[in-house]
Amino acid sequence: MTASETVSKAELHAFVDGQLDDARRREVAEHLATHPEAAERVAAYQAQKAALRELFNPVLEEPLPQSLAARRPTRTRIHLFWAAASVVLFIAGGITGWRVQEVMQVDKAQEITVARRAAVAHAVFTPQRRHPVEVTADEETHLVRWLSKVLGAPLRAPRLGEFGFSLVGGRLLSAEVGPAAQFMYQDEKRRRITLYVVTDARWSGTTEFRFAQEGPVSVFYWINGPVGYGITAELSRPELLRIARAVYDELQPAPKPN
Amino acid sequence: MSDVRHLIVEQIPHLRRYARALVGDRGQADDLVQDCLERAWSRMDLWASGTNMRAWLFTILHNLHLNTARKYHNTPTLTTLEIGVKSLPVRPTQEDRLEITGVWRAFSRLPEPQRAALLLIALEEMSYEEAATVLDIPVGTLMSRIHRGREKLRRMMSDADRTELESNE
Repeated sequence: MTASETVSKAELHAFVDGQLDDARRREVAEHLATHPEAAERVAAYQAQKAALRELFNPVLEEPLPQSLAARRPTRTRIHLFWAAASVVLFIAGGITGWRVQEVMQVDKAQEITVARRAAVAHAVFTPQRRHPVEVTADEETHLVRWLSKVLGAPLRAPRLGEFGFSLVGGRLLSAEVGPAAQFMYQDEKRRRITLYVVTDARWSGTTEFRFAQEGPVSVFYWINGPVGYGITAELSRPELLRIARAVYDELQPAPKPN
Repeated sequence: MSDVRHLIVEQIPHLRRYARALVGDRGQADDLVQDCLERAWSRMDLWASGTNMRAWLFTILHNLHLNTARKYHNTPTLTTLEIGVKSLPVRPTQEDRLEITGVWRAFSRLPEPQRAALLLIALEEMSYEEAATVLDIPVGTLMSRIHRGREKLRRMMSDADRTELESNE
């Protein structure tokens, strides 16, 4: 009795799937030559496999929908690695177009990084219908305590009720320096505002309240001690300014924006 | 970091293909992929550098799919497929197309664990070990799903052939 006479079911599949070594593959082929019933099975399996590939391989060639499209940054690299594969066409393409006003001589690069991250995180998560946040506002106490603990800074979710926005919830994110947090708010028209918070132990001192804009997205941002904040929405500058001021005041009563 | 990004980005079309075949509906499939990417990015620190990115991403996708299916008491069979006959790749004869859509019809009636196993093997050409890792099952279980799935398809297809012959003019 030769090796080719005994072939297991599993080996027929492995033959179809190219998962046998060469020697065994030849033996199975010999077996098939003399066992029409097994050969017929193998042919059927192969046809099934080919049909599935024919049905679905075209998906590989489809252009990615905007929500998944990958666009490489053209000049300046965005450091948020997850920005890259996504979602954020306008940011990726337009980093060089960032308009930053009122910039002072403090470390500009770090601040702009905060603003960018805030904007990118906003662009990634606000379109989400099913999972805009990780923890919902129902568990606000838990959310705030959890994020404060992870970021190592006492956080608060400011109240935006007077502007018609209520807290949806929040999520933990990673910036390359460490953890970051995002709180999301929504109004009745389902417009969304996000507050992005990131900590970096190397930061010290306080920066002014600043504004950046990319396309329809406005960001007000500032750094206070080791904590950087960015508040982002697709609202006009004056509209967002009123809200951002309230947030700034609530989070940091000391120096007021002018 | 950019290497990681590249590793993720190059898998996106593959994740979409698998999700489309698993879920059927294009929008739902892309939502699933987007959820998967989000989760991957937010848990990047859990990916051990140098290990298999593809298996890691497919595992995330698969788990998300199971959760969603559980949440929505997933309907047992697929009903729609956006790749209709007219968007199938051009093939010489109408019969070929019928056979392919026939395979799809039969395939969509398989239990989901069998479909998932067959898709990872057929579309991604994963090794049995890799597919078993993604599905978090022993290789033996994977093999039995593959076997049952293929045999069932084979029976359904030959029944369909018979029906077709009988109903031919």
